[in-house]
Amino acid sequence: MNRFLAFVKKEFYHIFRDRRTLVILFGMPVVQILLFGYAITNEIKDARIAILDKSKDHLSVRLIEKIRSSGYFLIEDYLNQEVEIEKLFKEGTIKLVLVIDESFAQNLEKQHATNIQLLADATDPNTANTLINYATAIIRNFQAEINSGTLPLTIIPEVRMRYNPNLRSVFLFVPGLITIILMLVSAMMTSISIAREKEVGTMEVLLASPMQPGQVILAKVVPYLMLSFINAVVILIMGKFIFGVPINGSLPLLLLESILFILMALSLGILISTVTQSQQAALLISLMGLMLPTILLSGFIFPIENMPPALQVISNFIPAKWFIIIAKSIMLKGVGITYFWQETLVLVGFTILFVALSIKKFKIRLA
Amino acid sequence: MEEPIIYAKDLTKKFGDFTAVDAISFEINRGEIFGFLGANGAGKTTAMKMLIGLWKPTSGKASVAGFDVYREAEKIKKNIGYMSQRFSLYEDLTVVENIQFYAGIYGLTNQQIKSKTTGLIEKLGLLEVRDSRIQSLPLGWKQKLAFSVAILHDPKIVFLDEPTGGVDPITRRQFWDLIYEAAHNGITVFVTTHYMDEAEYCDRVSIMVNGRIEALDNPSTLKKQFNVDTMHEVFVKMARPQEA
Repeated sequence: MNRFLAFVKKEFYHIFRDRRTLVILFGMPVVQILLFGYAITNEIKDARIAILDKSKDHLSVRLIEKIRSSGYFLIEDYLNQEVEIEKLFKEGTIKLVLVIDESFAQNLEKQHATNIQLLADATDPNTANTLINYATAIIRNFQAEINSGTLPLTIIPEVRMRYNPNLRSVFLFVPGLITIILMLVSAMMTSISIAREKEVGTMEVLLASPMQPGQVILAKVVPYLMLSFINAVVILIMGKFIFGVPINGSLPLLLLESILFILMALSLGILISTVTQSQQAALLISLMGLMLPTILLSGFIFPIENMPPALQVISNFIPAKWFIIIAKSIMLKGVGITYFWQETLVLVGFTILFVALSIKKFKIRLA
Repeated sequence: MEEPIIYAKDLTKKFGDFTAVDAISFEINRGEIFGFLGANGAGKTTAMKMLIGLWKPTSGKASVAGFDVYREAEKIKKNIGYMSQRFSLYEDLTVVENIQFYAGIYGLTNQQIKSKTTGLIEKLGLLEVRDSRIQSLPLGWKQKLAFSVAILHDPKIVFLDEPTGGVDPITRRQFWDLIYEAAHNGITVFVTTHYMDEAEYCDRVSIMVNGRIEALDNPSTLKKQFNVDTMHEVFVKMARPQEA
């Protein structure tokens, strides 16, 4: 035990004395979460819009008031003629124009039907789409309001965004970010740190010492397990208190699953280190072989459902995909292990596979 | 007659078709300084790695400190010290931290670690740099420290793989003072080198050529046998017979 502690202590010296390691360990998670939380987001707030209200009656005023108070839109301009619309779009400040037909209230009350035209600047199709969806939702809502009291004959489709009612993208980024960062810290840092012992030549001395190879590896891994775990907790805390990302399910379960995922990533890091001799090689393999597929194919940024079938198949071999599913289930849906025991088993399977391969590689080298 | 502390009989290591170590046999006695000579690539390091339990031999027999290299590698590791060719200290740790780390992984108690650390720092005159990182020390100091660390746990045998690479003859001489002291204290020294001035310091030497031990005796007998004045000339005749 004394041996083990001496080793772990040494490992911490390495970590805390290397500025690059420190930046990757602690700087990156914070920067990434702020970046993803604030800068890279799909949601829209305070979009500038204009309104051409041809009818100007009590209902159209109510509708406009409702749009204004929704928080999504800033009404920049009230128009009087259709010709002004083209000019506004060309200027580029206005993303959406709402045109309310003449005799809005009259048509609605007498004929139970009326028209509202939504014009969006689709040079950025995603934004246009989102704005149209927001606006449509508000209008439907308004329709429901004025219908109350009269006979509820009209069927009003109600749209609700489950688990993330406000479509806050940061909710999706936090589980993804934890995954990416744990992967990076655990797999990359351990593979580099083991490769460094080989490169410098100290690994030989360690193996010639009474420490068992297994003990050496374990002692190298423990500090990263601890630091990765701290990282996961920091991201969860930042997610909760800065962005309000909920943890609807069981926190202990989430932490346990995180530890499982960290162990999986650590064993992957060990596997990488058994096939590399230098830090450079370990870094390259980790970055190209791990980070890119993890970011691109795990469903973190691009939805797996939208991928070509071949990539969907490949995505099954990305361990991060399974952990993202688990993290989202716990944090957003608040469900328990019965809903994702299969994903959990997949992670266990990956861990066993990587450990077994590492041991095999290690034995070959010693023989 | 005391049992040899290192014993090898027809020890062989093959990597595929290539025979790195070809049926070498020797016996080394307790307290001896044994020079394991050979050109680069002659198989010295491979042979040493089999003896310290890093690699399993392909065939042959060997025992170190009375333990079999096939079955009892873990017991061997407890009884030996090892200083590798490429330097065994951590550059980003201080002198004291390095000593404490190695003392720690060899299982010394806290009490022992404390007294050994103070003793070693005094002996090597490192008091002023005890909290400096290794990377700031001159190579000669690092090598002396690495050697002292390798014998910190009082092993029966210390294996040194080209311990003095890259330093001048005077620093090498100082390094050898430490080796003599260790041998005097009963530690058997097994040292590989290709510096022939170091070969002169050994009690006995073996010369390896292409995986085989071609000569094994004390330096003066070897010199007599080849009718030359220095070990360097012996070595040249052995390793490159076509030039001689």
